[in-house]
Amino acid sequence: MTNRPQTVGSSPIRKEGRDKVLGRAQYIDDITLPGMWFGATVRSSIPRGRITSISFDPAIPWHEYTIVSAADIPGENTIVHLTKDHPCLAVTHVNHCQEPILLLAHPNRAVLPAAVAAVHITYEELPAIFTIEDSEKKEQIIWGEGENANTFKTYLMQKDQKPIPDEVWQTADYIVEGEYRTGAQEQLYIENNGVIAEYDPEKGVTVRGSMQCPFYLVHALELVFNLPAEKCRVIQTETGGAFGGKEDFPSVIGSHAALLAMKSAHPVKLCYDRAEDMAATTKRHPSRTRHRTAVSKDGKLLAGEIDFAIDGGAYATLSPVVLSRGTIHAPGPYHWPHLTVRAKAMATNIPPHGAFRGFGAPQSIFALERHMDKIAKVVGLTPEELRRRNFLGTGYRTATGQLLKDPVDMQHLLTRALEESNYHAKRKQFDAENPISTIKRGIGFATFFHGAGFTGSGERRLNSLVEIELTAEGRPRILVSSTEFGQGTNTILCQIAADALNLPYEEVLIAQPDTTLVPNSGPTVASRTAMVVGKLVERAAESLLASLAPFLPPLLNRARSRAAQYTRTQFCHAALKYLAQHGSLKTEARYQSPGDIFWDDNTYSGEAYPAYAWAVYVAEVVVDTTTYSAQVTNFYALQEVGKVLHPILAAGQIEGGVAQGIGYALYEKCLWRNGHLANNQMTNYIMPTSADLPSIHVSFEEVPSPHGAYGAKGIGELPMDGPAPAILNAIEHATGLAFNEIPLLPEDIFERMTRIPTSSTEDLDPIIDRDTQVETSEVSA
Amino acid sequence: MRSNVTEYELTAPRSLDAVLQILADSPDRYTPIAGGTELMVALGAGRLQPKKLISLWNLKELRFIEVTPDAVIIGAATTFTDIRKHPIVTAEFSILAQAASWTGSIANQNRGTLGGNIVNASPAADSPPVLLAYDAAVTLVSTRGIRTIPYRDFHISYKRTDLAQDELLHSITLSRNMHGYTTYVRKVGTRNAQAISKVAVAIVASSNHGVIESIRIGAASLRETPARLVATEQSLLKQKITPATIAKARAAILSETIPIDDIRSTAKYRSVVAANLIEEFLQTL
Repeated sequence: MTNRPQTVGSSPIRKEGRDKVLGRAQYIDDITLPGMWFGATVRSSIPRGRITSISFDPAIPWHEYTIVSAADIPGENTIVHLTKDHPCLAVTHVNHCQEPILLLAHPNRAVLPAAVAAVHITYEELPAIFTIEDSEKKEQIIWGEGENANTFKTYLMQKDQKPIPDEVWQTADYIVEGEYRTGAQEQLYIENNGVIAEYDPEKGVTVRGSMQCPFYLVHALELVFNLPAEKCRVIQTETGGAFGGKEDFPSVIGSHAALLAMKSAHPVKLCYDRAEDMAATTKRHPSRTRHRTAVSKDGKLLAGEIDFAIDGGAYATLSPVVLSRGTIHAPGPYHWPHLTVRAKAMATNIPPHGAFRGFGAPQSIFALERHMDKIAKVVGLTPEELRRRNFLGTGYRTATGQLLKDPVDMQHLLTRALEESNYHAKRKQFDAENPISTIKRGIGFATFFHGAGFTGSGERRLNSLVEIELTAEGRPRILVSSTEFGQGTNTILCQIAADALNLPYEEVLIAQPDTTLVPNSGPTVASRTAMVVGKLVERAAESLLASLAPFLPPLLNRARSRAAQYTRTQFCHAALKYLAQHGSLKTEARYQSPGDIFWDDNTYSGEAYPAYAWAVYVAEVVVDTTTYSAQVTNFYALQEVGKVLHPILAAGQIEGGVAQGIGYALYEKCLWRNGHLANNQMTNYIMPTSADLPSIHVSFEEVPSPHGAYGAKGIGELPMDGPAPAILNAIEHATGLAFNEIPLLPEDIFERMTRIPTSSTEDLDPIIDRDTQVETSEVSA
Repeated sequence: MRSNVTEYELTAPRSLDAVLQILADSPDRYTPIAGGTELMVALGAGRLQPKKLISLWNLKELRFIEVTPDAVIIGAATTFTDIRKHPIVTAEFSILAQAASWTGSIANQNRGTLGGNIVNASPAADSPPVLLAYDAAVTLVSTRGIRTIPYRDFHISYKRTDLAQDELLHSITLSRNMHGYTTYVRKVGTRNAQAISKVAVAIVASSNHGVIESIRIGAASLRETPARLVATEQSLLKQKITPATIAKARAAILSETIPIDDIRSTAKYRSVVAANLIEEFLQTL
């Protein structure tokens, strides 16, 4: 008899960790199938135009190649996400650089780049647009018509569904306005996008590869091949990072490889190299946020107008949902008596932007948290005091009217974060030292929240299903479509099942997601896996235990008791007895919406998320006035995320997110030149290295949530939201200069400090690189 | 990999003499490859034009650090790691060791060579400013013989050097006369590691009672080649460091640098930061 300590809350080794460390893990490019060919993509070289001719250089033995065009698509020529505007392969027109036009396959991988270059495509070029402003002008209509021209989606979110009364503006002590911008950002997962596809006229299509959401790809294949779901099989292979970059994009590369497999009658591997992946796949949506805020002289927010615009690129992809999350997070963790958010996602001739950790929230939170510091300055309060006077708390209603029933204590979080970072003493110290030093130091913070799970009624629509089965050896195996891509899905779900079944963590297995074997537990996105899927795993495990109860020692017949006392051997015997009698055992749990969660898409009001994570991030910076460069020198990340399932993985998630946020704020700039990403290499797309990162002090408050497994809430996206505004707030403290656009590069600081009025880093000519002689970006074109 | 490696030919002779003989005799042009940290990147990206490569990797005649009473002689195929680890180099030519430590990643430093860094002739390379400030000499070798020239005369124009087609860079010589000199080096890159410089400055100078007696300034990314800033040096010679001297030096820097706007930075930023770096050094004298 044992009374096993819980594995939830401890940090067992990752389920797949040993294989990764020993190099045994098989990523897609490690896998070879018999008779396998290789694929490549012929892409547009211009941002917008009509295709006038396609010719094939006679120097290439084309008879050896399989060539796929849109005419070969058996179903619809579309990559389905929320609408069907996005062609699988361009036919008459192209709307962005790197748009796929033809696909090639050949048994020898090495000959493909030359063949791609030997396809000559001519165009009648059309004027292209690259910015939100150009898109708003509607001089060029590149998407939709009428009211929807160039506009993928709009939202109007009003507190209590009412406009702001005029008298609020007329009587407010202050009206504070500001405009804030964020740039595109590359996900930069270590493993590029890649798949292997097979086609069988009887069995249908099979695609295996690096991805987050196998059932998204099933859905895309159903349309492209006009096949039922059961003939579209998708298998996730070991995935080397994703960050949202493998949420929607595998539908593109997966469909392409499958078309080549069908036409060539060979399995086809299609794996991008870094330059192609960076130039052609999705990035974070650039944004522009305009704030107009009425404030009383004692620092109370009276009303806010927020205009939030994102650049969606050439096709809608996931822009409406990214916009939605950005809209709902735009008001931050504050009480607004009156609020109007107008949001829109605009079309440009840039490769479509897509999912990236945070999903719209980092953009609108950057704007708000910079704006809060501006308001504080105007009103004459400290950034701390202004926020304290406006925080949401337990019993308050959010801007969507959601009542905060679970405990929320931003006041305490702020107190603790400022204490742990020694904020007040440092602020004083830097204020004293800066005037006599060429090195200016600063400290700043951001306070924010992030909703866990799909927005609004999303979870209800997903209707996720989780199963647990017994293997022939009598071991429990979890069946989910939730994928492991480095963040710890396998590990935490096994921890949850282990505790629910009162078994050691090592005893629990989890199946590799294969859509013919696992149920649809929803996409692996939106900080939903620990909370939503984890809860379903817990319930399915309880159900498994209930089925086994008759075979367990009678005294211990209390299936729902976590302290159930039986040994691993007794469990195994019970499982084998059950299997001997019944042949197999598989239990399931389906998502049930909590009764008090209701969302109205029409009025954009109600319970936007079942639970929120709350956080205060503090950044310390130095700005060197010799080089105009800013560096983050210390970072404190405090968050309340419910129960922490696996402290080491959770801290790793926070540290990684903070690092990504530092890159977003100070380093990573997409340099577009006529719609081409000019810096599509890791040598000139500047992601921070470990030498650029500070100590990151991670702390958690644990307030168990009733919605998640063992009280867990979402954690994945939260750390992306806070760093950028905290860092720019710290830079304002250090320099006295308010910067409102990221990425903020040394050249931008230089321009402001040296006050040369007519220039900015827009003057960078990205085509020139005298060191590496990359005179043009050469992406398989 | 965007190149078809079957289209390339790599020959790896076992001795320097054999390499030189091939360079002298072959009607085809061979491109020497040592650590490959430059050429392999181009190969991967599908833009390596030369198809015939001749390997210098691990030729012992080119990978050495020889210390004599008067000089330290570094073979062209000596890696950055070799340089960083060498006790005399780190003690007497510390800013060379420092520049080596900034080059690429540790893996790059294990393969990349000092000679490769020089003959690749990038205006942004890490070691040339330091070698210019130390007034190094370079020794070139071919079947026709050996010649030694001041390194400051080696770079002719953008990516063009004094090296003849059949010639290899053999070694770099640094005089051991640094006693009493002050040195300075600072690289401003796009990030703190694995970065190409936006601007870098190396200085070797001596002063007596506040008067500058000698000064040599080497710079990266300020002209089309790694460059000695001779006008700036002249403006400072025999001068006391005063605000007026600094202003003159700053003006001289602007007069002799021709930086560009490129993917990493702007011309304006480069010249102003170069002036700031030199001023930072002068303030320490």
